[in-house]
Amino acid sequence: MSFLNYLINGISLGSVYAIIALGYTMVYGIAKMLNFAHGDVIMVGGFVVFTMSSRMGLSPALAVLVSIIVCTVLGITIEKIAYKPLRGASSLAVLITAIGVSYFLQNLALLVFGSDTKLFTSVVKIPAIQFADGQLTITGETIVTIIACIIIMIVLTLFIKKTKAGQAMLAVSEDRGAAELMGVNVNATISLTFAIGSGLAAIAGVLLCSVYPSLNPYTGSMPGIKAFVAAVFGGIGSIPGALIGGVLLGIIEILSKAYISSQLSDAIVFAVLIIVLLVKPTGLLGKKISEKV
Amino acid sequence: MAMLDVTNLGISFGGLRAVDSFELHIKKGELYGLIGPNGAGKTTVFNMLTGVYKPTDGTIKLDDKNITGMKTTQINQEGIARTFQNIRLFKELSVLDNVKVGLHNGYQYSTITGIFRLPKYRKTEKLMNEKAMELLAVFDLDKEANLLASNLPYGKQRKLEIARALATNPKLLLLDEPAAGMNPNETKELMDTIQLIRDKFDMTILLIEHDMKLVSGICEKLTVLNFGQVLAQGETSEVLNNPEVIKAYLGE
Amino acid sequence: MKKLNINKDYLITYGMVVAFYIIMQILQGTGNLSSLFKGLLVPLCVYTIMAVSLNLTVGILGELSLGHAGFMCVGAFSSAFFSMCMKDVISSSLLRFVIAIIISAIVAAFFGIIIGIPVLRLKGDYLAIVTLAFGEIIKNVINILYVGKDGNGLHISTKDSISLGLAEDGKVIINGAQGITGTPNDSTFTIGIILLLVTLFIVLNFMNSRSGRAVMAIRDNRIAAESVGINISKYKLMAFAISASLAGVAGALYAHNLSTLNAMPKNFGYNMSIMILVYVVLGGIGNIRGSIIAATVLTVLPELLRGFSDYRMLIYAIVLIAMMLFNASPKAVEWKEKHSIKRMIASKKQAKEVE
Repeated sequence: MSFLNYLINGISLGSVYAIIALGYTMVYGIAKMLNFAHGDVIMVGGFVVFTMSSRMGLSPALAVLVSIIVCTVLGITIEKIAYKPLRGASSLAVLITAIGVSYFLQNLALLVFGSDTKLFTSVVKIPAIQFADGQLTITGETIVTIIACIIIMIVLTLFIKKTKAGQAMLAVSEDRGAAELMGVNVNATISLTFAIGSGLAAIAGVLLCSVYPSLNPYTGSMPGIKAFVAAVFGGIGSIPGALIGGVLLGIIEILSKAYISSQLSDAIVFAVLIIVLLVKPTGLLGKKISEKV
Repeated sequence: MAMLDVTNLGISFGGLRAVDSFELHIKKGELYGLIGPNGAGKTTVFNMLTGVYKPTDGTIKLDDKNITGMKTTQINQEGIARTFQNIRLFKELSVLDNVKVGLHNGYQYSTITGIFRLPKYRKTEKLMNEKAMELLAVFDLDKEANLLASNLPYGKQRKLEIARALATNPKLLLLDEPAAGMNPNETKELMDTIQLIRDKFDMTILLIEHDMKLVSGICEKLTVLNFGQVLAQGETSEVLNNPEVIKAYLGE
Repeated sequence: MKKLNINKDYLITYGMVVAFYIIMQILQGTGNLSSLFKGLLVPLCVYTIMAVSLNLTVGILGELSLGHAGFMCVGAFSSAFFSMCMKDVISSSLLRFVIAIIISAIVAAFFGIIIGIPVLRLKGDYLAIVTLAFGEIIKNVINILYVGKDGNGLHISTKDSISLGLAEDGKVIINGAQGITGTPNDSTFTIGIILLLVTLFIVLNFMNSRSGRAVMAIRDNRIAAESVGINISKYKLMAFAISASLAGVAGALYAHNLSTLNAMPKNFGYNMSIMILVYVVLGGIGNIRGSIIAATVLTVLPELLRGFSDYRMLIYAIVLIAMMLFNASPKAVEWKEKHSIKRMIASKKQAKEVE
């Protein structure tokens, strides 16, 4: 039974990683950049909900909505100010700028909220479900997280397949130049991608803080890195890859914490990534790219 | 006996048969042309000869040694050097250093010798500089030796690529569309240079070219490739008058 | 002609370091150096060595590494471990430190090779994430490592210090997350500067040797480098190992500047790797002197901003973003070219000639 418990916890954590990884993977696929600041948007999302619900007494649902709006606007703003001017510059330059943005968000949060860790009150009010005389417990947070992840995946897939904006995203990720020639508004598409990615980061932030109820300016940093790992693991640029990578990563992390060593769980997660990349250099669902001679 | 013996060479990419039962026999000192319409598989043949692609079947022999399936690096050390259709220079290195990279295997000293600048470093570097300048002079590039390779005009970049290939001291030189993007004057000059290389270095040359003037002007023998298969092979004048070849080129 | 220029360029770099050393010594001698700044001198050497060595991977080899701090970590722990073991055996602290530095270089190079063999097969962002992963693994593993020494030799455990089963005379040297305590403070500013000069000597001379040219050729065009008979894996691995080894040396310098050494996210995590990468990129990729200047300025800058206390890291972040935008954005580059002094002079000359 304990194994099943761990497995469910793993899927729950993995679902959060998957939602964050979606943001990474979409931005990477479309803007061809590693948005290192993505993890910090999660932290911002968490703080907005914290302020709205704990300090200002808004209802959880409203607080989450505000958080999504704030993060979406933040994502678009970051893109406009810091990344857009660098379009056409080396990818390394963009990476360093993203790191600068990450520092900026962390230190801004440090200034506004202080460095002490806040106790985050879960926004989920669903009671836990117990099976087999309480040997198997599924918390409300777990249920909400997994359902949220599934809904997001379905909506996002439909959005990309069925809408014009979604098709534009696909086109830009295939070939930016050709998409531009075909009349796709590349700037708007990239902005939209950042908006969606950041909105998802807000949701992920709320879910993450509800499961692990502590919040400080560095909260988003490690989950951000792990989600990035998840995205690469599943094949960066691929949406189903982000889901698979995220969930697998969450399961591996929780199981190794439970059965091997809690201190080594990160090392194990990273080791699995390395092994996967050595066998499949572009991740589980990544496309193989070969250079034309 | 032929220097390069290619028999029954073929390659498939997935279900696509890009080159099939390709035959090529080049004697030492020959200037040989490989022609054919776009997409016929000429560069694929070059890529197989130089180990960029592994052939699905067939054998490649250089001076009777089987080099099929060897890695690019090894094949170069066995004596095949090449240029590329889309120029591939070491852009952030000087013109001189581009050639010196070509001399890499011919002039050796250890990394430690290099870091501590031991006497052998100075001696070998001096020899390398002399040899590289000598090669650059052949291509009239010696005055630009200290320029970054990327700052050279297009035509000279093509020449530098040939100089770099020659620096590896090959038996066989493969030129992939050396005249692409050149004006008639530059092409004329290039033809002279290619002939000069052949005579001066006693080189065997295989080239891919679309410019028929160049091909008929300098190539002694030709192989025509069409849809991955040999359409005609032989003396240049014969091949160019072959009705099949004319049909393939002009269409119907 | 060109050779002469290159050597002159190198002399400027060496001269700059020596001049910095002399100025700092004079300031220190005349008592004009604040204690805060004094404490920064050895870390400055650590970070400049890190930046120069990372530039070998990023600028010369052309591969993005996000795990450079891992090699520094390996160098720090191996050298500190050696010093702790030999504290009572080798009485000359200088001799002991020199051996410790050599050990750090060898161990880090060894790790560079082991990690480089699988990692260097990958490309671009994938290589970056795997180096990051390796850096984190190294940090994590050291945090659960317990090593003790007694009359019977060394004892190793990954559980806790008690399970080492040390005899009465034994002592714990590496104590898991608590790390190593009591490393002799052998690092000095002078030794730091000497190590920086050695690093420069190795990197600059390497760049101008046959092997260095091969590495740069691979960076510029791998397929062409193969076509002229360069052994790609050999030279990639060589550059990566040298880079790792020098980071190990920086680690030794770092470890012997502190009495307590432990592997935390702050000092050996990906944050440190990224900080060093920031120095390299801002100093100019492939520009060795730039790395030194950027590392120095960006290490000193937050300290100078101490007056702004809470705001300083925020200002740092803004400065970083602004500098990147100004340095790298295509529009800014164009603007700079238009308004560069050289060009203005040239166009004035032209205008005069036309008249």
